[in-house]
Amino acid sequence: MIAFIARRLGISVFVLLAATIIIYVMTALSGDPLADLRQEQGPDREEKMRVRSERMNLDVPIPVRYLQWLGGLLSGDLGVNREGQSVAIILGNALSATLQLVVAATVMAMLIGITVGIISALRQYSGFDYTVTFMAFIAFSLPLFWLAVMLKQYIAIEFNTWLRDPVIDPPVIVVVSLISGLTWGALTVGTQKARLTSFAIGAAVAAVFLTFLSATRWFADPGLGTVVIGLLAFGTAVGVTALFAGLQYRGPLYAALAAAGVGTALSAVMPGLLVDPTWLELFGLLLLTVAVCVGLGYALGGLQRRQAVTASVLTGVVTAGLIFMDALLNAFSAYSRRMRGRPIATIGSNTPNFRGDFWQLTLDSATHLLLPTMALILISLATYTRYSRASMLEVMNQDYVRTARAKGLPERTVIVKHAFRNGMIPITTLIAFDFAGVIGGAVVTESVFGWKGMGNMFLEGLRTVDPAPVMAFFIVTGGAIVICNMLADILYAYLDPRIRLS
Amino acid sequence: MTLSVSAPSGDAQGMTIVARTQGQLVRRRFFQHKAAMAGLTVLLAIVVLAFTSVGFGPFDGWWKYNWTQTGTVVNGGQPTLTLWPFSLGEHPFGQDNVGKDYFALVMRGAQQSLLVAFLVGIVATTVGTLVGSLSGYFRKWTEAVLMRWTDVMITIPVLLIAAIVGRMAGGSGIIVLGLALGLVIWPQLGRLVRGEVLSLREREFVEAARAIGTRPRRIIFKHILPNTLGIIIVSATLTIANAILLESALSFLGVGVQPPDISLGQLISFYQGAMLTRPWLFWWPGVFIIAIALSINFIGDGLRDAFDPRQNRVRA
Repeated sequence: MIAFIARRLGISVFVLLAATIIIYVMTALSGDPLADLRQEQGPDREEKMRVRSERMNLDVPIPVRYLQWLGGLLSGDLGVNREGQSVAIILGNALSATLQLVVAATVMAMLIGITVGIISALRQYSGFDYTVTFMAFIAFSLPLFWLAVMLKQYIAIEFNTWLRDPVIDPPVIVVVSLISGLTWGALTVGTQKARLTSFAIGAAVAAVFLTFLSATRWFADPGLGTVVIGLLAFGTAVGVTALFAGLQYRGPLYAALAAAGVGTALSAVMPGLLVDPTWLELFGLLLLTVAVCVGLGYALGGLQRRQAVTASVLTGVVTAGLIFMDALLNAFSAYSRRMRGRPIATIGSNTPNFRGDFWQLTLDSATHLLLPTMALILISLATYTRYSRASMLEVMNQDYVRTARAKGLPERTVIVKHAFRNGMIPITTLIAFDFAGVIGGAVVTESVFGWKGMGNMFLEGLRTVDPAPVMAFFIVTGGAIVICNMLADILYAYLDPRIRLS
Repeated sequence: MTLSVSAPSGDAQGMTIVARTQGQLVRRRFFQHKAAMAGLTVLLAIVVLAFTSVGFGPFDGWWKYNWTQTGTVVNGGQPTLTLWPFSLGEHPFGQDNVGKDYFALVMRGAQQSLLVAFLVGIVATTVGTLVGSLSGYFRKWTEAVLMRWTDVMITIPVLLIAAIVGRMAGGSGIIVLGLALGLVIWPQLGRLVRGEVLSLREREFVEAARAIGTRPRRIIFKHILPNTLGIIIVSATLTIANAILLESALSFLGVGVQPPDISLGQLISFYQGAMLTRPWLFWWPGVFIIAIALSINFIGDGLRDAFDPRQNRVRA
């Protein structure tokens, strides 16, 4: 294993080195770095040109310049851009913004995409499956920048305007309810009557829910409250138990319900305790939650101890997430007032000079992240959906799945234990492959939303024929791609022991 | 060639069994694929519309306006297209702020975007196929060199290398841009072809060809490549669909097609600021990009099903 990692890293270093040569030389050849100064009229033109030539070493040939840059890199110096600013400092500022965007989009796309893919594989050739397939094709064909501009216009600007008087129009309620009903109807297997029933239930629940949100003007001052948190937490407990342990055993169910109960009881007092926490404190609380849930699962699990621990920990973490969301939403109306009623941001990665407590600052990042992430998710979402669907279909057709069914295992065990685990093996390679695409997408998204991230640094460097920022962008992204690829290989070998890392 | 073989047992049951060649089977399956046929129809319609309406090269089009001529802005430049009852009106897609007819602009943009995309597809497919088959067939140092080169190219995010290439070639016209982009996005296809060639070269028919002294060139082109045709055609199609999106993204970022050339992405970038006052300037090029990419993706899907019908099997 260690030998494999060392060897892989060794090869990767050479591959990256070769790539830096290509990129450096091509960037340096892509234009005239003095073009803007040549146009300029003024007495100090010659002087400016001399200063820039000296700073960028334009007097020496490109290979020598590359070697100088490489020497700097090896001693930890990323060089200066043509204005003389340190690239390391620019990169430091840009990195966190881009990282937030890329990580948020990748994680969301994976969660949603894999879930939808599996469901559509399990309901192959249903209405839901066809709709998902068609949507995936649309997503493959959507230009990202176009979508981003559309989101900016119709979600941000119109949504902000709508927030002043957040009443949902009856036609919107009708349409959304119908879509909800159709989704549930399409997901149901069985007779015409069963489908119609789930259509009716799905539509009715959505209609009542939306009417309630509209009537109480929930969007003006959102929040969950103890009752909703409790309902969602107990629902999660039952769902998670059904998925990971089955409902026929009492132990795991009691453990998960206990976790949900503790969480709900705490949700009433938590907001008072979490007035202005730090991320570190929250992380500590999360660890405490996990520890308590492990204890609950261990104590109440009985014979199904392992499944009980899984179920209660997942329930506990989801409930903790709900409490966090509730606190965040409670801060929304104050935040919205501070933003003069236009909370969903369209430009930048945070409001300049914004100060406030933890919740305000987190909301500020979240509202800025919302639209770029939505746009960026879309490119990988379709890929994850299609691949996990194909992979799941492949697995469901294997002999060991037939064997599992033949020996009388419940369908839940067949899918979760036998099919799902094996179906996810090919997805690991996709993660690495997809990551490169998301980075490219981040450049486009940042450009639309005016983020001062790495994409901006790269484009600015390219426009001004300045290799240093371009190279910094590549070192980070290329390095990330190499590491992602290696992690995918290791994960692959871990999931499929037949593969040896050598 | 269609052979009519009437097997006795089939005849007895009143069936005629028709023997079909591989090509005929593939064509039949492709033409029965509804989504692919719809895609093909839409794509052909767009190509014909784009190239005949405003003319191409020395040929004049039937549309009354040109993409360069300005005019007086009528009614704020609103689009005059109505679908029911159908009428084009004076400016079906509206006008921009200096009175250029937007239909002519979008048609010209679609022409150039299609040209770039097809160029990229052809170049990438040719290079990818050559590299893949050479490195797969000859192994040893040919493979080592070509595959290390592919490894290097795959480490670089496509958008990064494409943006640099676009910055270098964008100013020299769309032909150069298409060729240059094709030269940097072939590695995926090259790997795919190599994998196929690697498995084919161990097969008996290749061994037999080698045993009777056939030259490598003939083996590659006559024995191996025809068997990889399916994979090559499918990935060429998908490469073209991706190239449409890549070109428009580059043009949007300002490192793709440069004025005086027009492309769909460049139109969106150019009129992005007019989103609030003249939203149609933003809508039309986007709709055309989606329509082109979607129809090519559907064609690719149909081709994949036609070449490899095993994927279509209904599974338990």
